[in-house]
Amino acid sequence: MEFSFTQEQEMVRETAATFLAEKATSKAVRRVMATESGYDPALWQQVSEELCWPAMHLPEQFGGLGLGYVELMATMEQMGRFLFCSPFLASICMAANAVLLAGNDSQKQTYLPQLAAGTTATLAFTGNSGRWDAQGIDATCTQAADGYHLCGSYRFVIDGHTAGFLLLAARAPGTAGEAGVSLFIVRADTPGITRQLLPTLDQTRRQAQLTLDNVWVSADALLGVPGQGWPVLSHVIDLATVALAAEQLGGMQQVLDMTVAYLQEREQFGRKIASFQALKHKAADMMVKAEAARSAVYYAACVADDALLNSKQFDALREAASMAKAYCSEGYFFNAGTGIQLHGGVGITADYDIQLYFKRAKSSETLFGNASYHRERLAELLLDAG
Amino acid sequence: MKLGFSAEDEAFREEVAGWLADNLCGEFEGIRYRGGPGDEHSCVPERNAWERRLSEGGWIGLAWPKAFGGRQASIEQQLIFNEEYARAGGPGRLGHIGETLTAPTLIAFGNQAQQGRYLPGILSGEELWCQGYSEPGAGSDLANVKTRARFDEARQQWLISGQKVWTSLARESHFCFVLARTDPDSQGQKGLGFFLVAIDQPGVTVRPIEQLTGTSEFNEVFFDEACCAADDIVGKAGDGWRVAMGLLGFERGASTLGQQMLFQNELDEIIRIAKANGAAQDPIIRQRIADAHIGLRIMRFNSLRMLSAQGENGHLSREAMMYKLYWSSWHRNLGNLAMDVLGPEGQILEDAPYQLKRLQSLFLFTRADTIYGGTNQIQRNLIAERALGMPREPRGSLK
Repeated sequence: MEFSFTQEQEMVRETAATFLAEKATSKAVRRVMATESGYDPALWQQVSEELCWPAMHLPEQFGGLGLGYVELMATMEQMGRFLFCSPFLASICMAANAVLLAGNDSQKQTYLPQLAAGTTATLAFTGNSGRWDAQGIDATCTQAADGYHLCGSYRFVIDGHTAGFLLLAARAPGTAGEAGVSLFIVRADTPGITRQLLPTLDQTRRQAQLTLDNVWVSADALLGVPGQGWPVLSHVIDLATVALAAEQLGGMQQVLDMTVAYLQEREQFGRKIASFQALKHKAADMMVKAEAARSAVYYAACVADDALLNSKQFDALREAASMAKAYCSEGYFFNAGTGIQLHGGVGITADYDIQLYFKRAKSSETLFGNASYHRERLAELLLDAG
Repeated sequence: MKLGFSAEDEAFREEVAGWLADNLCGEFEGIRYRGGPGDEHSCVPERNAWERRLSEGGWIGLAWPKAFGGRQASIEQQLIFNEEYARAGGPGRLGHIGETLTAPTLIAFGNQAQQGRYLPGILSGEELWCQGYSEPGAGSDLANVKTRARFDEARQQWLISGQKVWTSLARESHFCFVLARTDPDSQGQKGLGFFLVAIDQPGVTVRPIEQLTGTSEFNEVFFDEACCAADDIVGKAGDGWRVAMGLLGFERGASTLGQQMLFQNELDEIIRIAKANGAAQDPIIRQRIADAHIGLRIMRFNSLRMLSAQGENGHLSREAMMYKLYWSSWHRNLGNLAMDVLGPEGQILEDAPYQLKRLQSLFLFTRADTIYGGTNQIQRNLIAERALGMPREPRGSLK
């Protein structure tokens, strides 16, 4: 039992922290935020080629570095800390994990090396309902000559307007819930796919609407067993959720650090406002949230590592992911909201970065299910079984 | 970073579980799950016998160095012991203050004579200890100690006078460690001494405090020229604060894992009741139960981080500094959840005149959790000042 970073893992975290402190400055984030793509392709290329982040947890046989989810988590935490705008969550934590878990050897051999090298991708499953469970999938797939026809639409698709590959979940007509779900991988420029950027409240993460008008895909676009895609897709979502929770952790820590720094600098009533207990106690509560979140995220990353080696651990991952996401969602929002309050008037200006974190906190809370959604998943495990 | 224990540690777990299964039965069957917080007054003779049984098994002094008769067990083994102990329903320990506070303090700050006199009695489970820190005027402001220690040259011993309060287990204990002022002109952290004082003597009077539960875990202890041998001061006169703070540093340890097993046991009971009485169908109760589950699981991961970080550096890690605030708030909320799950039945006592059910006791007694050992407000000050580096509130000058 060693529940702390190894030296190598500490180095991975340090590298990410140093790199992002230099590259993902407030100025850089604000510049990228204003672009349509929502990320800096040159920087993404550098991250892919020099730091090899997209390759990090992917197996070496498929062009990856063969490191673990703990390393991915440590890097994701730093991305959250600096509001790094990049395709990492969608390409790696969602799409690459889907190929890794659902693909056959030949599909992994085809796609994973590309994704590891920085080709972008995303995973789309939620329709207009905005649900993150199987019920949320309403695009359909029907068997056709040598392949399938896909119809319907997806909303809230992370980086859907820029991704090179699309992982699409669709259901057989007439099915509901977890039954009848299949998973496909297609190029984003496949005829019949329309992609529309949706303007978002959180300017640091892009979302898109995808519309599929009777899109034909070949049989080898199917990942896994037709109609039985949900269990594996739910594991993919759990892995992505753990990564998102790590990103939330980084955000809540940064919000705390920024706020304490501001309190140390601002003076009123002839003293530093950091000396007022009313503010110190709020800052202490923020630290408790950040540290508790850290414990939940570290645990979830360890379980994710276990699950990638032994699929029996995916039940434990479901619990771990929901715990981390529920806690980090409320914790990040609490810290960001409290951070604005403690900044006082400047907290609501566009100039100060705290507002960007506040928006990111809300968008991350919503993505993959909010705290109530994840608590209900846990309640089912605790109260409805047996 | 990895979870899970080595094969050697798992074998140790089996050894502990096996010993508990063989020993926590028969005459000790009735004290399983007894004597915890809010129930510390119960079954004292049986729990005293249990202390000696634990000693025979070699389970006292698990963490102590071998040179002092301990097992020098690794952090992993300590937490395994505490987990298995709680899992088996091991009763609240009468000897824990001596074992986990007095002994490490004597090993770190005491002299050979003190170690030779007091450690064997703790190790054998025969001599129990209580803690004399708080006073009516020294609660959160712990350094505001008024109890005095005067060295009587003629009798060549210390004479201690004053009052301590909130002293758990004072009626069951043989000794009390007492923070007292050796320099009558001093104030605050200076001029204090750390004394080892026998309870059973004419100069010491113990009076129970009746609490909102109707029970009396806490006591007042009055000292009226109580005698303390010249050699029973730990460190020098004036060193008391340093020793007293050193002792508090020993408080956070592997035993936190055992505490969490008791919490788990309480949560399990709440879940059982919720399933039985239909509260488990209520969407709000479902959310709150899930939230309690998350909070307790995180508490465990937090302890594992805390234990993994031990020895890495001298100062307390952030996860250690938040621990008290975190668990006490969680436990207090659990008490309230218990009552809301019980519903109207939560109002009906086990028996007259005021015999509480376990969860009623939980509800009431957890209000103490966020106060003793440093209130939540003091904990927040400590976090803000020590972990976040925020300035201290200026000290008042009211005398």
